[in-house]
Amino acid sequence: MVRYIVKRVLMMIPVLLGVTLLIFTLLYFADGDPARNLMGADATEEEIQELRAEWGLDDPYLVRYGRYLKQLLIDRDLGTSYVTKQNISTEIISRFKVTFLVAIESTVLALLFGTVLGIIAATHQNTWMDNSSMVAALVGASMPGFWIGLVLSIVFALKLRLLPASGWGTFAQTILPSLSLAITSAGTLARQTRSSMLEVIRQDYIVTAKAKGVSRFKVVYVHALRNALIPIVTSAGMQLSWLIGGAVVTETVFSIPGLGMYMVTAINQRDYPVIQGSVLYMAFAFSIVMLLVDILYAFIDPRIKAKYKNAKKA
Amino acid sequence: MKERNDRNNSSGKESMFLTTMSRLAKNKLAVAGLIVIVTMILMAVFAPLIAPYGYEEQDLYNTLKGPSAEHWFGTDDLGRDIFSRIIYGGRNSLSIGLVSVFFSAIIGIALGSASGYYGGKVDMIIMRLLDVLQAMPAILLAIAISATLGPGFINCIIALCISQIPGFARMSRASCLNVQGMEYIEAATSINARDFRIIFRHVLPNAISPIFVQATMSVATAILTSASLSFIGLGVQPPQAEWGAMLSAGRNYIRGYSHIVMFPGLTIVLAVLSLNMLGDGLRDALDPRLKN
Repeated sequence: MVRYIVKRVLMMIPVLLGVTLLIFTLLYFADGDPARNLMGADATEEEIQELRAEWGLDDPYLVRYGRYLKQLLIDRDLGTSYVTKQNISTEIISRFKVTFLVAIESTVLALLFGTVLGIIAATHQNTWMDNSSMVAALVGASMPGFWIGLVLSIVFALKLRLLPASGWGTFAQTILPSLSLAITSAGTLARQTRSSMLEVIRQDYIVTAKAKGVSRFKVVYVHALRNALIPIVTSAGMQLSWLIGGAVVTETVFSIPGLGMYMVTAINQRDYPVIQGSVLYMAFAFSIVMLLVDILYAFIDPRIKAKYKNAKKA
Repeated sequence: MKERNDRNNSSGKESMFLTTMSRLAKNKLAVAGLIVIVTMILMAVFAPLIAPYGYEEQDLYNTLKGPSAEHWFGTDDLGRDIFSRIIYGGRNSLSIGLVSVFFSAIIGIALGSASGYYGGKVDMIIMRLLDVLQAMPAILLAIAISATLGPGFINCIIALCISQIPGFARMSRASCLNVQGMEYIEAATSINARDFRIIFRHVLPNAISPIFVQATMSVATAILTSASLSFIGLGVQPPQAEWGAMLSAGRNYIRGYSHIVMFPGLTIVLAVLSLNMLGDGLRDALDPRLKN
């Protein structure tokens, strides 16, 4: 098990290096001159050239990439922002906490709504309850998260005046953003839960459990759900990582000072180091989540744990 | 008996298509989805004939008006008719979705089938490449790419296309690996058929159905992602009409004029929902075993 985890962590290294190369190359070829952009229209050509030289924008590609890697690996630093001149690493870490909190809160909400809806649909297969919950799930999965955000803030903040429409700091301010992200994910999760529950419910051990008189509740939540969990967990892991990305857009709706807002602002200002840093950091977080999901499998399914153990011997 | 078998064989391809279609026709949700999406495409194609106003036509005396007989969905902050802009917007939104998925399916299938068929080093290199692309959520990749390319219609398509390649590649690789062990592939190899012929004549036709379903669903995802890109200012630029961009422009007016974001949003939901229903229906029709 430990060996498997170590192997997976080692495999992350080349992938993340690949991501740095990809992002660096993309921004290398980006149009628009950040120096000209920052200095504004009335800067002289000399001033702009000076700034370009200071940032090393005129150096060859490999020199710049090498310098970026050295800065990442040896100085363990994501650099400083072109615009605010502040250290990116500290900024990203404090902002990522915000994004992560929203992502976690909405994953919990999505899991709650999604699995319950999926279980109801599966246990009442082909009834009106099944049909209506699946239509609801499909509609939920088809809505853009940021639009749900706009609609929720129209209804709950502007019309009913129950919750704040924007800002960050109190728990009430996290409800609408999390909910708007959760609705989309809940739809996907409900569909996944329903199909994997239906697969399990037909198995012999469920029939056995029913035959020996186990209560209906226990059959569904202990015998069936436990075995249906693998695809649900995969889906939830995908959703959590998707939410980290989706939060980028939703944060701008609710003016939440998270990593997404930071990135969108940086994109508009052509603040390359900030874009590089944010994307790299999110890719890193994403890989960690995927790894955790893989490890979680072993705890849910003893068969997979056995496979990891066998891999160790081989 | 023999004659019947022969007839079945000669029309094998067609009857497979027909059975799928007849199964699809029985699925009410899928048919509804198909009708809605085809209607939307037709409306976008014939926009100048259908739309009551032009997409740039301003009426500064009638700004931010709610729905009425003259303006079904109301007007925006410049007095432009929202209904007309949604119809014209379909030209951008739908074609971004369709075109980006078309190209990413072609590239993805090429990469995936090469990877699955040849295995070994080719497989290794392609898979590591995909690992890098998939090391971040697809929407983030699309944002990063369009941030570099700058906003615009073509750039938006390129960004969405690249971000969806890994899905298609992995899927066609898996499908290729599945049919690889089949006897008919062995038979083709044994008569010395060229690799190209084997992949296109024997492997792909037998691996295409899940890819087809994936493509339908991907158009839905692409429409959602392009709306997000436009919303943060990276998609199609004003005064061009695009559903996501309309939401982005309207968000400042939601206090009091909520119709300005409701209708474009509902249009996105309707398009994506129809595509998802169609995709679900196609999956069930192509492989009835999957249906619960």
